[in-house]
Amino acid sequence: MLKIADKTFNSRLFTGTGKFSSSVLMEEALLASGSELVTVALKRVDFKSNDQDDLLTHLKYPHINLLPNTSGVRNAKEAVFAAQLAREALETNWIKLEIHPDPKYLMPDPIETLKATEGLAKMGFIVLPYIHADPVLCKRLEDAGTSAVMPLGSPIGSNKGLKTIDFLEIIISQSNVPVIVDAGIGSPSDAAWAMEIGANAVLVNTAIAVAGNPVQMAKAFKMAVEAGRMAYEAKLALPVMHAVASSPLTSFLDE
Amino acid sequence: MNNFTDIFKSFDWNETKASIYAKTSQDVEMALSAKKRSLEDFKALISPAAAPYLEQMALISQQLTLKRFGKVIQMYVPLYLSNECNNICTYCGFSFDNKVKRKTLSPIEIMQEVAAIKDMGYEHILLVTGEANQTVHVDYFKKVLDLIRPHFAHISMEVQPLDLEDYQQLTPYGLNTVLVYQETYHQEDYKKHHPKGKKSNFEYRLETPDRLGQAGIHKMGLGVLIGLEDWRTDSFFTALHLNYLEKKYWQSKYSLSFPRLRPFSGGLEPKVEMNDRELVQLICAYRIFNEEVELSISTRESPNFRNNIIRLGITAISAGSKTNPGGYAVEPESLEQFEISDERSPQQIARMINAQGYEPVWKDWDNSLAL
Repeated sequence: MLKIADKTFNSRLFTGTGKFSSSVLMEEALLASGSELVTVALKRVDFKSNDQDDLLTHLKYPHINLLPNTSGVRNAKEAVFAAQLAREALETNWIKLEIHPDPKYLMPDPIETLKATEGLAKMGFIVLPYIHADPVLCKRLEDAGTSAVMPLGSPIGSNKGLKTIDFLEIIISQSNVPVIVDAGIGSPSDAAWAMEIGANAVLVNTAIAVAGNPVQMAKAFKMAVEAGRMAYEAKLALPVMHAVASSPLTSFLDE
Repeated sequence: MNNFTDIFKSFDWNETKASIYAKTSQDVEMALSAKKRSLEDFKALISPAAAPYLEQMALISQQLTLKRFGKVIQMYVPLYLSNECNNICTYCGFSFDNKVKRKTLSPIEIMQEVAAIKDMGYEHILLVTGEANQTVHVDYFKKVLDLIRPHFAHISMEVQPLDLEDYQQLTPYGLNTVLVYQETYHQEDYKKHHPKGKKSNFEYRLETPDRLGQAGIHKMGLGVLIGLEDWRTDSFFTALHLNYLEKKYWQSKYSLSFPRLRPFSGGLEPKVEMNDRELVQLICAYRIFNEEVELSISTRESPNFRNNIIRLGITAISAGSKTNPGGYAVEPESLEQFEISDERSPQQIARMINAQGYEPVWKDWDNSLAL
């Protein structure tokens, strides 16, 4: 079972709530995914309203933990403020730290993210920062008290899969906190691949929300993540990249 | 390079126009199959040569928009604060020489309008004024922002261009987005359409987005008034402007609008007509050229057009709009800027969006996210 901070998770598929064509469909898809950690953009939450149609009313299940995210903030100061707001409004000290001052490609700012993680961890937050697949930054975040790291597989929303595979492998090999591959996972096979290389979980949003049939796609991701994890635990046979030479290079030793 | 004027001056209107009209079907096919589209590709996509490729363009535009924005459409509404204006603009109902009674909303009236707008369900609001610096100035804006900030999650402004210091002063009051349309990038014709008032200064307007970028504004909106000049050439300059701004002010978001000239009392007939097919071409061309830019459609367009454009690339829509100060509650009969074409209520539009398989989003920002 996956453990982050004090919580354990049966499902290693984390999901998002954006881009769905309706809240009802989102709810169905998230239930089908089996996901137990669902991220919600603070900017979409209407704190003042008690409206039945509100995003949050569709997420009220005992097995679903909310992970508010700070999407929209541009620096550490704004992120810390947003996290405090989230803690008060949603009664959780978990926060997905997203600081992307660049609204075009939504690239995370490593400097501000590190600063905010340090501050938030000291304030008792369970911080899950969205970052580049930067192995050194991951170690620095560990030192700063992060509860997990969320490196991107490829640009967010791009569905391009694991373009950062070499760096993800380094991060996974040396991490002392759970590694969650976030952003860019476009298909169940990408998710399975991330799990096979040893990621502790993946976060998928666009690929489910924008699919022709989001509910069916959510199920497909659920199965792929389970299969990938099982393959990782079963220990993959290493692929043999070379043929066996007919005149072995070391055969002279036997002569 | 200090601002956009330097780049703008290196382009000649007539040469640019000729180069757009010289694009061939081969150029269009190259643009459609390119991985990243250049400004030359954009020219091909808005050229007459692209007309036969409209269905293909719509398909690509739809896919790119889905990937980036998902199946959601943001809802916003304008709040006209004032129709006082010292400018003469040949195409606008608020033009100084249009001798009608003028009105600027008082704080009490603003709150009545706010209540009516909140009843419609809105969280994103666009404040609009003419240009009357004696009454509608930075201090007035500060007061208005103070008043309305507690009631809305996202505040945009479409008012006269201001100085850098003014924008810097207004952002702490919750101003998130500023729209400033160049109207036309045809410098000589710009002078003809804006013969009097501060707006006649082409370059001051042209450099406004630079000042917004320097002020660190979260989002800015660009566009031209379609009908004043050749829309293809004007749209090219809009794309050029966008390209320049995105690279220089990389922390700001951008949105585009494509208002077609609408009739008003005593107004100008469009010099250049743009039909629905061409507007679809332009919207799709913008999307294919730039995957991340927000595209917004107003009530200037007809119900049928708006119903069908939802799935083709736009990301924001207004509904139930009044284009006159006091239009929602205080004084429904005051002078309006232009006649709207789609009279449906926000709830009707929301249902229409749902029926298209999209979700109307009323709140997609929170004032507390920006300190």
